[in-house]
Amino acid sequence: MTDHQSVSAPRRRARGERFPTLRRAWRYGHTKAGLVLLVLVVLMAVVGPAIAPHSPTEFVGRPFAPPGQGALLGTDSLGHDVWTRVLYGGRTVLWTSIAATVIGMVLGTTLGLYAGFVRGAVDGLISRSLDVVLAFPQLVLVLLFVSMLGSHLWLIVLLSGVAIAPGVARVSRGMTMDLATRDFVRSAELLGLGRTRLLFGEVLPGLTSPLLVEATMRLMWSIGLIAGVSFLGFGVQAPAADWGLMINENRNGFSLQPWAVLAPVTMLGLLASGSGLVAEGLSRALALVSSAEMNP
Amino acid sequence: MAVVTRDAAPRVHWLVRRLLASLAVLFVVSLVVFAATQALPSDPAEAILGRDATPERVAALRDQLNLDRSLPSQYVSWLGGILQGDLGESLTRRAPFADALVSRFSNSFVLFAVASLIAVPLSLVFGVLGATRRDSWGDRVGVTVSLLLSAVPEFVIGVLLTLLLATTVFHIFTPVALVPEGESILKHPEAMALPVLTLVLAVVPYLNRLVRAAMTDTLGADYVQMARLKGISESQIARRHALPNTLIPVVQASALVMAYLFSGVLVVEFLFRYPGLGTMLADAVANRDLPVIQAVTLVYAASIVLLNLSADVLTIWLSPRLRTGDVR
Amino acid sequence: MTTSLVRVSDLSIDLPLSGSEVVQEVSFTVAEGEILGVVGESGSGKTSIGLALLGFARDGARLAAGSVSIDGVNLLALPQERLRELRGATVAYVAQDPGTALNPALRLGDQLGELIRAHDPGRTRLEAAARLGQMMDEVGLPTDPAFLRRFPHQVSGGQQQRVCIAMAFLMDPRVVVLDEPTTGLDVVTQARVLALVRRMCTEHAVAAIYISHDLAVVAAIADRVVVLYAGEVVESGPRATVLQAPRHPYSRALLRAVPDLEHRRHLESIPGGAPAPGRRPGGCSFHPRCPLADDRCVSTPPRLLELDDAHQVRCHHADRTAGVAVAPPVLPDLSTRQSAAPALSVSGLAIAYANQVVLSDIGFEVSSGECLAIVGESGSGKTTLSRTIAGLVTPGAGTMTLNGQPLPAGVRRRSQDARRAVQYVFQNPYASLNPRKSILDILTQPLRVLRSLGREEARHEAERALARVGLSTELLRRYPAELSGGERQRVAIARAVACRPSLLICDEVTSALDVSAQAAVVELLRQLVDELGLSLIFVTHDLALVRALAERTAVLQAGRIVEIGQTASLISDPQHDYARSLIGASPSLTPSYADPDSHSYPKEAP
Repeated sequence: MTDHQSVSAPRRRARGERFPTLRRAWRYGHTKAGLVLLVLVVLMAVVGPAIAPHSPTEFVGRPFAPPGQGALLGTDSLGHDVWTRVLYGGRTVLWTSIAATVIGMVLGTTLGLYAGFVRGAVDGLISRSLDVVLAFPQLVLVLLFVSMLGSHLWLIVLLSGVAIAPGVARVSRGMTMDLATRDFVRSAELLGLGRTRLLFGEVLPGLTSPLLVEATMRLMWSIGLIAGVSFLGFGVQAPAADWGLMINENRNGFSLQPWAVLAPVTMLGLLASGSGLVAEGLSRALALVSSAEMNP
Repeated sequence: MAVVTRDAAPRVHWLVRRLLASLAVLFVVSLVVFAATQALPSDPAEAILGRDATPERVAALRDQLNLDRSLPSQYVSWLGGILQGDLGESLTRRAPFADALVSRFSNSFVLFAVASLIAVPLSLVFGVLGATRRDSWGDRVGVTVSLLLSAVPEFVIGVLLTLLLATTVFHIFTPVALVPEGESILKHPEAMALPVLTLVLAVVPYLNRLVRAAMTDTLGADYVQMARLKGISESQIARRHALPNTLIPVVQASALVMAYLFSGVLVVEFLFRYPGLGTMLADAVANRDLPVIQAVTLVYAASIVLLNLSADVLTIWLSPRLRTGDVR
Repeated sequence: MTTSLVRVSDLSIDLPLSGSEVVQEVSFTVAEGEILGVVGESGSGKTSIGLALLGFARDGARLAAGSVSIDGVNLLALPQERLRELRGATVAYVAQDPGTALNPALRLGDQLGELIRAHDPGRTRLEAAARLGQMMDEVGLPTDPAFLRRFPHQVSGGQQQRVCIAMAFLMDPRVVVLDEPTTGLDVVTQARVLALVRRMCTEHAVAAIYISHDLAVVAAIADRVVVLYAGEVVESGPRATVLQAPRHPYSRALLRAVPDLEHRRHLESIPGGAPAPGRRPGGCSFHPRCPLADDRCVSTPPRLLELDDAHQVRCHHADRTAGVAVAPPVLPDLSTRQSAAPALSVSGLAIAYANQVVLSDIGFEVSSGECLAIVGESGSGKTTLSRTIAGLVTPGAGTMTLNGQPLPAGVRRRSQDARRAVQYVFQNPYASLNPRKSILDILTQPLRVLRSLGREEARHEAERALARVGLSTELLRRYPAELSGGERQRVAIARAVACRPSLLICDEVTSALDVSAQAAVVELLRQLVDELGLSLIFVTHDLALVRALAERTAVLQAGRIVEIGQTASLISDPQHDYARSLIGASPSLTPSYADPDSHSYPKEAP
């Protein structure tokens, strides 16, 4: 019985520990850089209000005053302290874009899973519905509903999530169709397992890495989308502090007091770049890890 | 690449199916637009006029918008009107806005077209260069720059460009587009400069990386190695072997990016006060100008559907499998 | 003796990034008109050597030292432009997979024509077209221009490979390198392509290097043979010598692992696995797996010894293998016991997809404790048949009975007990185990679902199952990516057997494995049948395997069973034409088949 015992030391090709993609991504310089940026911005957004010298709606000087006493970065179009408003202005964009991303990911992943696995009429229905959503430019979709229903943050979050979902669903559907034909799924089918258990027990674990990459990319896009909505004036309303809104409010005084615009611009840029860099690192790691899995 | 004319039937058949599918999508889109604006639980007329409106004005508005009829009837008359070219009256101007729509649309279209005509070829060139000179010093810089630029929202890019080129560092352009109402942008081409530049900077970094990835994939394929083993030169390989196989993913990627560009154009128009469809929509939403919102949204959706249809047709024309009648 | 046209001297190929050596100081020569067979398992460096013959190194690899001379010119010292001139024209290559070697976006004619344009631009279009037509005729493809206007996906695998062969011979090369060109082709097509290759090489007097892991195929085509192990030449010499009376322990072990069509023998696997580049042991690279290894083998790498004219061996103990017979003794053929009760009974099975008949009127029985082999080409319906019995596919008509009880068609309609009683092992060990799950989870899942075992019990059973297939329980903690193909397949078998099935279905379970792993799996299956009284259905395209494993064999063609009977008599005396051609086309190492001239291949297709 032990004639064919394999000599010890099985091939150590890919270390089968958990999270090979994350470990790999950590090695890249830009992942680290991206994470540093993200942490910085998040810290600022979360802790900011606690260290702000003034209140965001307090008048500290005449409008568009240059940096000076009491106003580190000068004042904005209504005489508020720019630095304070910057410290307060990240919270909304952060929680809304994270929430929108989560909604979009959950919705998109589930729809993609079912469409890719069940195929046929269900796939047709889901894909057509996604096509309808995709027919609207993302911003237009949000504006359409906001126009008559009002600029409620929960509405914007929900709509942004819905706008993001089709892209995620496409990725998830594509991968599910690929995985669903693999023998290990057939093998589980032979156990008599039902469709739900097959989808979530066998297929979904194989999707986690690509979905992680998708999530960071969608976060990047949703930041742009939500900040864009605020920039247009349909997001958070004045006098609340919000980076997107601030850019719009203060752009008339650009030549007088560029900091009122530059500060929120920088913060948004850092936030978006940070998640973009992390997304890139994850994406490269994924490509490497999955090609190693494919070619034993 | 001559088109195979035999076996045209399956392709025509497929084309007709795609066309019908597109029409179905547009139909559902119109339902969504209708539902989002007129079929709400609260009264649209009150929402438009605000709390202080007198009951008479509300009633007058309801009458003007046919809000007292049943929902299906409203929908049919609205859609019927649109299809016949009657878009209704703008509530803010109290006048038909179809002409204004056409003028704004053409301005936006020009902006979109110019930006695309610059951005897509640039992306192709950079993408192919990046793939063939992978991991060279220039490529690495290019990838990092692309990464950062593509992450940043386009209005942020626009603001930075304004700072750089219009207000603070240099003063080459004006920070806003100075175009009188109703005039075509083509009479004032300099007003397009900053918006186009912003859009190009927003699109090229993203699209060029997609092209680079597609090209890299192709260059790593077995048939490319085989061509090398046959002694074919590198330039021939890139042109005859790699490029044809890259075109399809590039077409798909371009369609994706161009659809995304619609959102970008909207924001950029707003930033530069460019007289296009985007600013028309933004104003209409701010004023709750219902008919305008509905019409503009439909125009956007129709444009995207048309764009995707064209991309699919192009894909099928480029794909040997599909051309030879081996349709999905 | 003709002078060598190809002379490879001390060729070394390494991977600069990791510092590991793929190929170490390999030397051989090939004369004009001679076919050299290069035999090696995956990881032996054979593909790298093949590419090096064109002066080519894969991404990440480097032709570090040595020389590759063709007609006196060292390719490794040439500048790129000169190399490009030689590739495709003086030295040509036929790749393993024609499906990926041909560009899907270009017409066949264009891919052939570009060779002429690149290497002989002076030819006019008419001349080029005439040459293409001539080439098509030589390789047995249609000569009309419409064929050349097709895209690769519009022609069959066999035709694609013929196009690749045409590409190789088009510019009248002096040397042709063929890297496993018949892998993936079915047996009959393979035989035809082999015959074509042999004819082209002889007629054009090229020096050919034929790379393969399949000893039987090499036996059918080569004049001389070189055996590679861990990047080194361990034995080389005339075909008859190396393939019938080899002296190196590795060559000998390989022969003992290869199945024999003519006789039933015990297939011996080689313990352990071939080392990957960078993990090669010191001293003789084969010593961890060698029965003759001693201290000298561990410390000192052996040199290549000349045994006699043209026969070389790299071994300290070559003298001990002289005159010792290689092949293990012949065993009596398997035959069905009379008393055996039928376990599985199938009748009238039929399946059709979209106007194409996949299976029609299939009926047979399998007794308990018996192995039935189902043999057929791709497209014969054998996989569909095995999946139907397993419950993955629902037939349009027919019935199945297991141990006297009716067996419902789809797996959903079966009782838990029926699902447990019929187990299935898939072909591809790299796809049948969920890469995200540990081996423990993979093994225990069916136990908990089908045998309703608790966690602890399931774990115990998993350990026992692993031991039964000869694997260490240490593997439970690992993930599939850490296991070799052979190990994964044994895990899959363990998973199936742990459920205590009555019927085990194995669908081409050794196709993706190398010879040694294949031997291990086949012997394991036979053991399980003998010890557990399992019924086994073994689906394969390799006839030589069935002799070692199955009591009875059924031959499937285009969805019908054309012949079924006791394996031994079916092979030695087939009745049906198709069965006869299949057996005739199967390459085998038995002496009468080792001489290709005594072999009658089916005629090449027009």
